[in-house]
Amino acid sequence: MDLSSFAPEQQCRATLLGLVQAIKVTSKTDKKFRELVAKKDFTICICIRTENIGRVYTFKGGKVTSKSGKDYTTDVVMEFNDSRDAMRMFVPWRDYLDVINMAKLFKMGASGNETLAVHFTDILSAIFDNRVKYGIKMPDGTMRYTNNTNGGPVFVYVKDGKIIRITPMDLAEDDAEPWTIKARGKEFTPTKKVTVSPHTQGIKSTIYSKDRILYPMKRVDFDPNGERNPQNRGISGYERISWDEATDIVANEIMRVKEEHGPGAIMNGTGSHHTWGNLGYWLSCRIRFFNTIGTTYVAHNPDSWEGFYWGAMHHWGNSIRLGSPDTYNTVEDALQHTDMIVFWSADPESTSGVYGAMEGTQRRLWAKELGIEFVHIDPFYNHTAALLGGKWLANNPGTSNAMALAIAYVWMQEGLYDKDFVEDKTEGFAEWKEYVLGNEDGIPKTPEWQEPETGIPAHDVRALARKWGSKKVYLAAGGIQGFGSAGRAATGSEWARSMVCLMAMQGIGKPGVNMGCLQQGTPIDTRFFFPGYAEGGLSGDYTGTGVGINMYQRMPQVMTMNPVKQKVPRLRIPEAIMDGHTTGYPTDTTQIEGQFFEFGYPAPGHSPIKMYYKYGGSHFGTMNDTNRYARMYRHKNLETVINQSIWMEGEAKFADVILPACTNFERWDIGEFASSGGYIHHNYNQCNHRVITLQHKCIEPLGESKSDFEIFKMIATKMDMGAYFTEGSSELEWTKRLFYGTDLKDVTTWSKFLKKGYYIVPPPKEEDRDPVSWRWYYEGRKKDVPEMNPLPADTTKFFEGLQTQSGKIEFVCNSLKRFAPDDPERPVMTKYIPSWEGTHSGELYEKYPLQLITPHSRYSFHTMMDGKDSHINDIVDHRVEIDGYYYWIVRLNDKDAEARGITQNQIVEVHNDRGSVLCAAQLTSRVPKGTVHSYESSALYEPIGEPGESPDRGGSMNVLTPSRPIIKKSHSTACNSCLVNIRVWEGE
Amino acid sequence: MTTQDTKAKWNLVIDVDKCENCNNCFLADKDEYCGNTFPGYTEEQPRHGHRWIDIKRRERGSGSLIDVAYLPTMCNQCGDATCVKAAKNGEIYQREDGIVIIDPVKAKGKKELVKACPYGHIWWNEEKEVPQKWFFDAHLLDAGWKEPRCVQSCGTGAMQSLKVSDSEMASKAEREGLEGLKPEIKNKPRVWYKNLHLFMKEHVAGSVVADANGVTDCVDGAEVTLKQGGDVVASLKTDWFGDFKFDKLEPNSGTYSISIAAEGKSYSADFELKESVNLGVLKLS
Repeated sequence: MDLSSFAPEQQCRATLLGLVQAIKVTSKTDKKFRELVAKKDFTICICIRTENIGRVYTFKGGKVTSKSGKDYTTDVVMEFNDSRDAMRMFVPWRDYLDVINMAKLFKMGASGNETLAVHFTDILSAIFDNRVKYGIKMPDGTMRYTNNTNGGPVFVYVKDGKIIRITPMDLAEDDAEPWTIKARGKEFTPTKKVTVSPHTQGIKSTIYSKDRILYPMKRVDFDPNGERNPQNRGISGYERISWDEATDIVANEIMRVKEEHGPGAIMNGTGSHHTWGNLGYWLSCRIRFFNTIGTTYVAHNPDSWEGFYWGAMHHWGNSIRLGSPDTYNTVEDALQHTDMIVFWSADPESTSGVYGAMEGTQRRLWAKELGIEFVHIDPFYNHTAALLGGKWLANNPGTSNAMALAIAYVWMQEGLYDKDFVEDKTEGFAEWKEYVLGNEDGIPKTPEWQEPETGIPAHDVRALARKWGSKKVYLAAGGIQGFGSAGRAATGSEWARSMVCLMAMQGIGKPGVNMGCLQQGTPIDTRFFFPGYAEGGLSGDYTGTGVGINMYQRMPQVMTMNPVKQKVPRLRIPEAIMDGHTTGYPTDTTQIEGQFFEFGYPAPGHSPIKMYYKYGGSHFGTMNDTNRYARMYRHKNLETVINQSIWMEGEAKFADVILPACTNFERWDIGEFASSGGYIHHNYNQCNHRVITLQHKCIEPLGESKSDFEIFKMIATKMDMGAYFTEGSSELEWTKRLFYGTDLKDVTTWSKFLKKGYYIVPPPKEEDRDPVSWRWYYEGRKKDVPEMNPLPADTTKFFEGLQTQSGKIEFVCNSLKRFAPDDPERPVMTKYIPSWEGTHSGELYEKYPLQLITPHSRYSFHTMMDGKDSHINDIVDHRVEIDGYYYWIVRLNDKDAEARGITQNQIVEVHNDRGSVLCAAQLTSRVPKGTVHSYESSALYEPIGEPGESPDRGGSMNVLTPSRPIIKKSHSTACNSCLVNIRVWEGE
Repeated sequence: MTTQDTKAKWNLVIDVDKCENCNNCFLADKDEYCGNTFPGYTEEQPRHGHRWIDIKRRERGSGSLIDVAYLPTMCNQCGDATCVKAAKNGEIYQREDGIVIIDPVKAKGKKELVKACPYGHIWWNEEKEVPQKWFFDAHLLDAGWKEPRCVQSCGTGAMQSLKVSDSEMASKAEREGLEGLKPEIKNKPRVWYKNLHLFMKEHVAGSVVADANGVTDCVDGAEVTLKQGGDVVASLKTDWFGDFKFDKLEPNSGTYSISIAAEGKSYSADFELKESVNLGVLKLS
């Protein structure tokens, strides 16, 4: 029946009557739906406020009946202002802009019993959700679904409700053909398949893991109405409880601390990453929930970018990228023009850039085929160096800036730099030159000068400087630009600053002269819109995520707003809890000066933290001086600790109540390969193909685990905020809402996308590719790459110049001159400042003569895929099994091992004054004498005695790293400045 | 040529130069077989312990001229398989397409078959009491897959599978310098390696410098000659870092002499080659 020819009142009456039929018909054919309907007996009246239209529905024993009329005494009343409004909501093709408008204007609403109201919306959603058909039936009887991960999109083969296999995606004939780059008489086209990272190839083993939390649990000696025993966190065991009991405790505790202590008493923290998907936990439903209840958020430091954020940004801006450069179309430029790539603290073969799977590998092998030369500056002979070859310069950790200054010295002395560029496009060079040449401090920064600091022979540095100064060179500072372990060190910001200065001397933007290592900058289509996860999903957060920038006009949703102004710097959580006060500096992308705004905890008029609601267990593996966090959890100041986690590991073991979440393979979501959005705008340009995936719900959640959305919905419902939290939409409906907010709707249909599960965005024609980054700047034109940075207010003329005060690259930084011109830790121009924990540390260095570096891990993604009884643990270069326990690996030079009587795969204790970690020793020449290498981010923190006070055998190397920030005026990690010693472990 | 030679057989080609130890092959194998039984092909693989696809690491030399190679190994699907011969009752058999299968029913309880593989690539499943190994993912190929999972997941293109006749494969191997492991046992392995020297042979490397204008600098283009017993083994020119590296030398191959000359200056020395060595910074005078 076509309703549109009838008046709205008639349409409305017919729809209200038709709803009963829809429920009855669906009940007949759908067992799951029948069970849902039978769950609760209740009455609901749907009616029109200004008209005499209404219908009362009675659900009893799984049957539904209805009668005409308004009745405000039913369990739930759902009311619309007029019948036209009601019809806007009732039609399946509803426009959510109308719905949001109605909600905001109080033209629709539900009252009465919240649990029953949410239950009713579940029934309405299920009428449509339960009917969807998705996935591809395969010849062997499996269904092939798609999903997505931190290490690439995947096909998921499922049979009888069980995942059989997870594979990379081989693209189909009818998928868009990839691009071709013509360079030096050759043509390069990427293979028509999508790569995955090892941690993704091992992911099935973490879905089916004995460490999965399968039901809600409560610490046995935690009684929210009596003794809480915080001192026993991390020691006492757990008992299984029901979801109802668990969510009762959590909801009651949230309401209690708010009433007893006022705003700010609840803190929420999470890892920097999550399972993949735009709608899942991280910047989406987590924020929607915690904004809804009012939360002191943990403020993240710019963890992977430290040096570029606190240092490099002052020279050239790029605040939207935390001080890193953009890299548009640099793959083509590098393959066509560059002579050499200098990898400086850059190991994309280990880190995949970030989220980039093994997409860049193929392109780097093309560069090798073309004869492009490589140099690798890294204290560790990393995997990129091992694959590509080229000179390895193993500098002492934390000394890179000395080498950089010596390179600049050679260029200045021998005239090996772009004088026109320096003259026209930079400011302050003459002043910095005085320092480099030694006219300021009497110390010329010669290659000979840097040799005792870096350990690199002067002749090698001079050879590198001469080659670099006379050829076209790409500089890779980090696996993706702005990353790199050298930036996460006591000298990190000075190193990053020098990287900018070196590029300024060589005329960045000239053909063949730019930043990158073929990891970013593929010629894909950047104009086709699909959001990254930082666009905020369903968060409703128009100010704290990209919703307000990129999604407001595309996927309207009810705004959520956290009124609590208090925040806690992530690296100072222990001090905030145990000392009751701390300070920090923000990670602000809007302007260069955003980072200067020191903030204090507690915030004025706010409550100290009483309840910590943490997601997952990652902080032990990833935050410095980790034992502080263990001690903090056991402190009386924390009244309640909730942990929502997929696996029983790390911090989860320190919670009072544990809520079991499921993986993204067990719920609906939608997301694009490597597309983070946010700090790494157009991050999918690491990929050879833009792969947008529907993340099918492949299997039912294991055990009693639930999606994060469902968990939050249950808790919110107990605080009468359930309908506000969900907007009446199920996860599948949110997925569809996001689909319609993107350009996908113009190139495919929802049902096709639902079935096939992915879409490949065709690359633009060769002549339509994006311009090369910095070319506009080099050629003195307006900015022409597709990013809105800097903001108009940060320039003098729209799209002209950089974000700095002068609009130029500044060798001497105006922002620092204005803020703290005499700061000895961060001078107005970059200088060599030796590490505050390193070879100049005197007695400490004598006691702990080994310098430990802990880069991002290769086989796990932060704490993901490590531990968990995963297949990854069986990789011989990831963990080593000794007597049934999988030990984390520490790599040390054969000579250092010999001097300590350490043999291959022996259990050793890596120790300093902050703590100790038991590892398996790997003897190698891949680190020079005096340097030891281990990865950060063990998922396991397993102290052999009292938590916080005894050796950890899980492998959390951050137990050893300093909590001191790079510079005082920052919130940063200097994890790669860490002195330790190592001894054979002979037991307790 | 016999009909046997003309039948297409599955071969695996691995380029050691392109293997970077990402372990995707190892993990894809575990993904396929841990928790999955494929009747007629295999019982499930134990969660831990087995390495149907294994990767061995080899560091050569030291300092800035070190290199590292990785060698993925697995059942070689030998054309003349010791294990097939050892299985007297058909517990292990070779299919027409060359794939060697351990029959999971017939081989139950036959732990002795583990020892039948000269490459150490048959594994004993303690729980299921059955010997197991990599079998080219035959169940997938039989269902229409174009390649085994290790090849599908390989991110560098180091692994390729191809189904060709033995004679075609032999000429490809000849043309591209492919080698099998343990040629001396004449098992006719169908897993082939390119650039195997990176794992099996040794190198001699060094960095050449000279004093000029009051500083020490790298010497670009110096002539370096490697000799043994008076015969020239190889010669090359240093790169712009003054570096040289001679490769493909046999381990423990005795005494060599090296001589370097540039700009009227020279350097020479003798050394004993046991395994790969970095002679260090060599100054011309």
